[in-house]
Amino acid sequence: MPAVSKGDGMRGLAVFISDIRNCKSKEAEIKRINKELANIRSKFKGDKALDGYSKKKYVCKLLFIFLLGHDIDFGHMEAVNLLSSNRYTEKQIGYLFISVLVNSNSELIRLINNAIKNDLASRNPTFMGLALHCIANVGSREMAEAFAGEIPKILVAGDTMDSVKQSAALCLLRLYRTSPDFVPMGDWTSRVVHLLNDQHLGVVTAATSLITTLAQKNPEEFKTSVSLAVSRLSRIVTSASTDLQDYTYYFVPAPWLSVKLLRLLQCYPPPEDAAVRGRLTECLETILNKAQEPPKSKKVQHSNAKNAVLFEAISLIIHHDSEPNLLVRACNQLGQFLQHRETNLRYLALESMCTLASSEFSHEAVKTHIETVINALKTERDVSVRQRAVDLLYAMCDRSNAQQIVAEMLNYLETADYSIREEIVLKVAILAEKYAVDYTWYVDTILNLIRIAGDYVSEEVWYRVIQIVINRDDVQGYAAKTVFEALQAPACHENLVKVGGYILGEFGNLIAGDPRSSPLIQFNLLHSKFHLCSVPTRALLLSTYIKFVNLFPEIKTTIQDVLRSDSQLKNADVELQQRAVEYLRLSTIASTDILATVLEEMPPFPERESSILAKLKKKKGPGTVTDLEEIKKERNSDVNGGTESTPVNASTVALPDSPLQGSLAELVIGPRPRPSRLNSSHLAIHNLQTGIPPLFKGFFTSKSTPSPSADLLGLGAAPLTSSSPPPSTTGSLLVDVFSDSASVVAPLAPGSEDNFASPDLASSEVVSEEPADTVHDADELIHKFVCKNNGVLFENQLLQIGLKSEFRQNLGRMFIFYGNKTSTQFLNFTPTLICSDELQSSLNLQTKPVDPTVDGGAQVQQVVNIECISDFMEAPILNIQFRYGGTFQNISVKLPITLNKFFQPTEMASQDFFQRWKQLSNPQQEMQNIFKAKHPMDTEITKAKIIGFGSALLEEVDPNPANFVGAGIIHTKTTQIGCLLRLEPNLQAQMYRLTLRTSKETVSQRLCELLSEQF
Amino acid sequence: MRFMLLFSRQGKLRLQKWYLASSEKEKKKMVRELMQVVLARKPKMCSFLEWRDLKVVYKRYASLYFCCAIEGQDNELITLELIHRYVELLDKYFGSVCELDIIFNFEKAYFILDEFLMGGEIQDTSKKSVLKAIEQADLLQEEDESPRSVLEEMGLA
Repeated sequence: MPAVSKGDGMRGLAVFISDIRNCKSKEAEIKRINKELANIRSKFKGDKALDGYSKKKYVCKLLFIFLLGHDIDFGHMEAVNLLSSNRYTEKQIGYLFISVLVNSNSELIRLINNAIKNDLASRNPTFMGLALHCIANVGSREMAEAFAGEIPKILVAGDTMDSVKQSAALCLLRLYRTSPDFVPMGDWTSRVVHLLNDQHLGVVTAATSLITTLAQKNPEEFKTSVSLAVSRLSRIVTSASTDLQDYTYYFVPAPWLSVKLLRLLQCYPPPEDAAVRGRLTECLETILNKAQEPPKSKKVQHSNAKNAVLFEAISLIIHHDSEPNLLVRACNQLGQFLQHRETNLRYLALESMCTLASSEFSHEAVKTHIETVINALKTERDVSVRQRAVDLLYAMCDRSNAQQIVAEMLNYLETADYSIREEIVLKVAILAEKYAVDYTWYVDTILNLIRIAGDYVSEEVWYRVIQIVINRDDVQGYAAKTVFEALQAPACHENLVKVGGYILGEFGNLIAGDPRSSPLIQFNLLHSKFHLCSVPTRALLLSTYIKFVNLFPEIKTTIQDVLRSDSQLKNADVELQQRAVEYLRLSTIASTDILATVLEEMPPFPERESSILAKLKKKKGPGTVTDLEEIKKERNSDVNGGTESTPVNASTVALPDSPLQGSLAELVIGPRPRPSRLNSSHLAIHNLQTGIPPLFKGFFTSKSTPSPSADLLGLGAAPLTSSSPPPSTTGSLLVDVFSDSASVVAPLAPGSEDNFASPDLASSEVVSEEPADTVHDADELIHKFVCKNNGVLFENQLLQIGLKSEFRQNLGRMFIFYGNKTSTQFLNFTPTLICSDELQSSLNLQTKPVDPTVDGGAQVQQVVNIECISDFMEAPILNIQFRYGGTFQNISVKLPITLNKFFQPTEMASQDFFQRWKQLSNPQQEMQNIFKAKHPMDTEITKAKIIGFGSALLEEVDPNPANFVGAGIIHTKTTQIGCLLRLEPNLQAQMYRLTLRTSKETVSQRLCELLSEQF
Repeated sequence: MRFMLLFSRQGKLRLQKWYLASSEKEKKKMVRELMQVVLARKPKMCSFLEWRDLKVVYKRYASLYFCCAIEGQDNELITLELIHRYVELLDKYFGSVCELDIIFNFEKAYFILDEFLMGGEIQDTSKKSVLKAIEQADLLQEEDESPRSVLEEMGLA
């Protein structure tokens, strides 16, 4: 038995531990333990009352057994008995047992709480310490309830000993973490803040931890801690290394306390008081200077402690993000660490630089280290360091270095660790899209990704490439050619087959002119992969084949032969079989026209947040990727418009993830939006599309079980028109905003006029010779469009006006569709946009006149380019004049261009939100409205509306989960206005309270007006 | 800090301290998972890694790994030194501490840790004040103990 150096009180325990260690096998160990457990049990149950010492010894043995990993189901009572012993060591072991073993067993907790209460009241500092430790260790809600009120008193009482104060502070911190609701703020808080001035550095250290945690949730309450923390920090960093005696650690004065104070300061914005601010800047400079001084010791502890303070100081500099000089110095310092021989420092430098990259002041400085970082990617032997290098490359990427960074990441991917491949794939995909100037480069990059790491290319990535190719007609031919070439490889990844199948199905015709990629060759190439693929891919290929039937009538019979083969028509998989049957039937009976309509090219996808980015966010957890992205966006650094587009309204968010899943039904009529058909009686066209399901049902009624596609048929009834992009545009509407765009005349459905009242009746009701002073429905129309961008603006028996618009930052584009609902021509058709003088100075609208003749049943489109110069209150008016059947028509409606359209959502953490909220506390900055609910108070609808309004919906920010909190930035040409909003529903009263805080009074007022009408 | 673990190179857990309640099952799972990750790392690798949603800071002293799981915004280097300070405390107390000391006097290892850390935050960074507290407790203990015969200790009396 080894010598036990101290406290050799329990020889029996040592013997037992020796025995266990001597056991040759697991079985022997278990046998020995069971013997011991039986022994202890019999002792506890025995008639002879055990003395405190034996109880302590057995409880300790149980603890040991538990820590070996065995379950312990008795002995708790004996441990609780030990708590009330007067002997310190017995009490101590009792508390230890309870700390380690007790969960919230209610029966026991009452007894334990009693013992704790006695010890807290004992005024014996050692006993009080034990009791406080026990509370902190167990930390259950019951304990919080019982003691959270008492501990602050102990903490601030004048006669409490320093060591107890320290324990009380940390004990309270622990309770606040688990049960903040039981810890009441009160008078004690200001006295706690003053502990920062305490003479005892141990007390200051513990108090700083407590204050930091409390200040995160209650910044206002602890605001005074800022100046105290600064002066304390200043005294530490300027002290000589021996001044602080035992609090100096390897020649570094109070490193723990310094780190904690710097952390506390990160709960707040830069100090407002110039003197405090100056002092803090001095401190930070001193810390940066010290990093350049020769080390006072060669020990790693010295440099670690010194650098711990340095890194925390850099975190604070980044958090403040207001001193360009400090930021650049921090960046240079980290640059030195990038090549340090200590792996730990290289790791931390990469990590810290990642956040520096998002500051506009230091982004460029970070970029200068690109070669070092790329080198790290190639040479670091530790995967966690390489991972940091990947993160940093991602963070420092912008348009100037995107090609290089993407190339290096692709390079690295070939040999990358399996654990981080998927993440790299996502990052490459995002960067390639975000900074693509040339979309052929984008397509090449993604195909390379699939080639190098096909297994790690998630669905989101290949869905996205398809979305982009479909939305950008300038790259479609190139994409078709490239996938065709890539598919030539004898072994290609299934994801490539999917992308290839989809793209050739849509755009194979663009390369069919080349005899080397004739229709038949394309088909044979795809079909050669067919049998090697999984069921979902084969299903996709079948859809490609039916699309080929439309694109290339000359190979229709070849395709029909394939569909007709037993391996398709009698396939064991119900989905494949169904597709084969349906497609074969469709290709046989449908006329060329119907085929052409059913199988027409996919319309553009609505722009929305990249699904890949969403996935990366999910993978990395909120707060990492999100923050970086959002910060970048917020600061308006050169983020390409390509990826994150303006939030689209609620109805388009509900798109399926996959561009093609399910069968033909969805391929043609699924929840994908269709081109706008604004006329309300779009029966014929509508039927051409939604009409397919009944057609199918009629043909194939023999379905025995509802198949996936049977369900999908029901989707034909999904709302189709209003949220969709116009047929003539491709890609993001805003990519070429303010460029020329001709009006498009889309034919309305033939026969639609049957549904209309006679022209006479119509004109008698609508015709108005009055000028524009009767504005239809006034503000109600505006309110309808506040939270959405698309829909029918106006309709009477003659005319329907539809809208589709998109906004990004301070720019927007609106498509206005004028549908002639009659069968008679409109003559002298002149829509005019009217802005008051005041509005003209803040809103710039450009449009072109439309064709003055609108044929019966026709639709005319007008494009309005919008630029927001500064914030505005009113809406422009759209006046339309035309002659119909000899009468003059004059209609005026307000055009729903409202300030909130120029919102960009901003994600932020709770702490940031409340910090900013506090910053906007001038009475002029706030606007509040309390109003009665006009609609049912549904949480989901409210959320959708807030998102539709344009702000980000921040979850888990408001302590009350019933409240809604949002944040965003209004972009105007002249300025950007940060906006925070909070909506508090009161279900009982059926009322809402809406509060807007923005940096501009008129903005708060207007946004509050607009949003109040929505609920 | 979320938790601290001490385990041997053979994967035997020697000490565990949890600063946020979780179920025994979850704890065991985390311990197993983390030990595997840390033990697989090579000597020259960096002392930090991302694990689940936490950061892990570890350092090996002789045959023992000291391993702390901290929150995303916590300072890695100061945590590394916190481990070192704890080792120094153990060393001072036991006099050139070894794994066996911690096995046989596990309760002492816990008491020292408790004096040093509370609720996952450092209570006092001064080596002197922590050791003073422990020594005081030992004094109380020695006063308490009455001498006993060896036989009695062995449970044979």
